[in-house]
Amino acid sequence: MKAELYAVRELELSGWPVRITSYKIGAIWHAKADNVSPGAKIATARAGDRAEAENVVAEKARKRLAETRRMS
Amino acid sequence: MLMSGYARNDVLVSTGWVSRHGGDAGVRIVEVDVDTASYEEGHVPGAVGWAWSSQLCDTVRRDIIPKGAFEDLMSASGIGEGTTVVLYGDNNNWFAAWAFWQMKIYGHADVRLMNGGRNKWLAEGRELSDEAPSPARAAYRASDPDFSLRAFLPEVSVAVASGAVELVDVRSPAEFTGEILSPPGLPETCQRGGHIPGASNIPWGEACAADGTFKSVEELREVYGSAGITGTKPIVAYCRIGERSSHSWFVLKYLLGFDSVTNYDGSWTEWGNLVRAPVERGA
Repeated sequence: MKAELYAVRELELSGWPVRITSYKIGAIWHAKADNVSPGAKIATARAGDRAEAENVVAEKARKRLAETRRMS
Repeated sequence: MLMSGYARNDVLVSTGWVSRHGGDAGVRIVEVDVDTASYEEGHVPGAVGWAWSSQLCDTVRRDIIPKGAFEDLMSASGIGEGTTVVLYGDNNNWFAAWAFWQMKIYGHADVRLMNGGRNKWLAEGRELSDEAPSPARAAYRASDPDFSLRAFLPEVSVAVASGAVELVDVRSPAEFTGEILSPPGLPETCQRGGHIPGASNIPWGEACAADGTFKSVEELREVYGSAGITGTKPIVAYCRIGERSSHSWFVLKYLLGFDSVTNYDGSWTEWGNLVRAPVERGA
């Protein structure tokens, strides 16, 4: 098996840049979200199609990022 | 093997090399992740999986993996002292570099990183497996730890006061300035934001191209040299918990070949919680 249809896109969630990577392995779509700077993975999701996987991972990431405090 | 003019050309392999040689006798491929969820979705065929949070640290006190546990992990992974170990992982190879650093602390001779890590393997559409191998158990004997590769708080405190070292803070600019206390979306692990006085901010990612592979040696010299990091003084790299700085430590020590480079794995989680420790804020 292989990762197929590997794609990366960036967007902004809760005021932070986010990179979403998605791909399909077998019948399952995987999506990961990282925080771009520094690039740490902050959420993952799997689903039956790309849109659903990306929507779920984005929602998880949005919630986590909303908890990040800016000190200045 | 990659031949890019790096100081050491025996510590880095390409995804193509792993594809061709990953199954060779005497070679063990290891995926190192924050947890093993990525490994379980599919990994390089034949690779064993290590979890940073439970297998590559002391799970009682904050420390690197104890020698006995290290020997057990190597043995269970089918790794002998003479095995060529190739590490790769998620999160841009940060935790693979953490494992590399610890394997060098315990004296493993032939350990390498797969350039570009897990992301590059997936992006290239290379073969994956969901089967965890069961290698024949080895009987690994580690060397006593080489702490010349590791910086501890007392040394860093003295070095900061004397200016005897170059401190490289590899966190993001927002962490370095004190705008945030942890990477966005991750738990805060310190009481104060900012950086160790005198540190240069060279984020880990400055060492990599867009695909996660390391920049050329000329580009790396420019990245660090433009910030005054030339190897004329001992270098101490740090980040938040020591994993990103393992990645930069690898670059400074093995790709640029600077003699004296240590990883301060206590990092900002230690320094940023100290009572009355000097802290600088801003760029």
